[in-house]
Amino acid sequence: MNLGQVAEILKCDVLVGENIDGVEVGGVCAADLMSDVLAFTKPGSVLLTGLSNVQSVITTHVAEVVAVIYVRGKKPDAEALKLAEQKGIPLLASRLSMYEACGRLWQEGLGVGSDLGGE
Amino acid sequence: MSDEVLFFQEFSITGGDFSSAGSVSTEIKSILKEIGFHPSVIRRAAIACYEAEMNVTMYAERGVVRLSATPAAIRIQFEDEGQGIADIELAMQEGYSTATPEMREIGFGAGMGLPNIKKNSDEFEITSEVGRGTKLDIVIKA
Ligand SMILES: Nc1ncnc2c1ncn2[C@@H]1O[C@H](COP(=O)(O)OP(=O)(O)O)[C@@H](O)[C@H]1O
Ligand SMILES: [Mg+2]
Repeated sequence: MNLGQVAEILKCDVLVGENIDGVEVGGVCAADLMSDVLAFTKPGSVLLTGLSNVQSVITTHVAEVVAVIYVRGKKPDAEALKLAEQKGIPLLASRLSMYEACGRLWQEGLGVGSDLGGE
Repeated sequence: MSDEVLFFQEFSITGGDFSSAGSVSTEIKSILKEIGFHPSVIRRAAIACYEAEMNVTMYAERGVVRLSATPAAIRIQFEDEGQGIADIELAMQEGYSTATPEMREIGFGAGMGLPNIKKNSDEFEITSEVGRGTKLDIVIKA
């Protein structure tokens, strides 16, 4: 699935990023704790989070995550936006709850983007 | 010539400065990319570096980071002045944390940092003196 399709499923506003249809999404990691993202996320996943400060973008950059989707109507702060533009990391925003956002993506067949996948 | 030094640079970290926390790791990641290490090696180094940088920012007064790269390995040394760690074995346990609510608000303080730094490193050495500071020395093989 590509990021454009993900954006449609979650009714996202695109805050940073051009040509999001060209970004392949390998799976989903949902977390507000960045240490968990750094410990468990597979590269190529998309991050769903309610954490709106610059650490969300640095974590994404460091862990080779492809994009950040802020849930619950959260908006990244100015520093997060600036760094994302610099590094070319797409930032999207959805009004859905974390639960519904994950549920919708799971329903569409997008898998677990972390090392914590169950059998 | 695999021990030939390709790159050496020192960086500094200011304790408590959460607004620029992570900037050293971001810069180190760009440098490693420019040198041309394999993406999976860069990812491991960047993750370990970021957690270590956050620790210095959260728990120490100030610190220096020394990055050295050879064709065979990336070495990152952190040396801080601060409270130090009384029980390193305890600090290394997953889930152990003395982080404040403010630190949790920026996404850290899960007690996963040190174990994850170790997981991403091929060599890992930590020493600390209470009331003086902490030294962390990690090597990621190319
Ligand atoms: N540089 C440091 N100086 C002082 N204490 C530290 C340092 N790094 C880690 N610690 C201590 O070790 C604990 C565990 O660290 P870590 O595994 O990174 O988890 P976290 O940072 O989420 O608490 C910290 O809560 C802190 O008490
Ligand atoms: Mg930590």
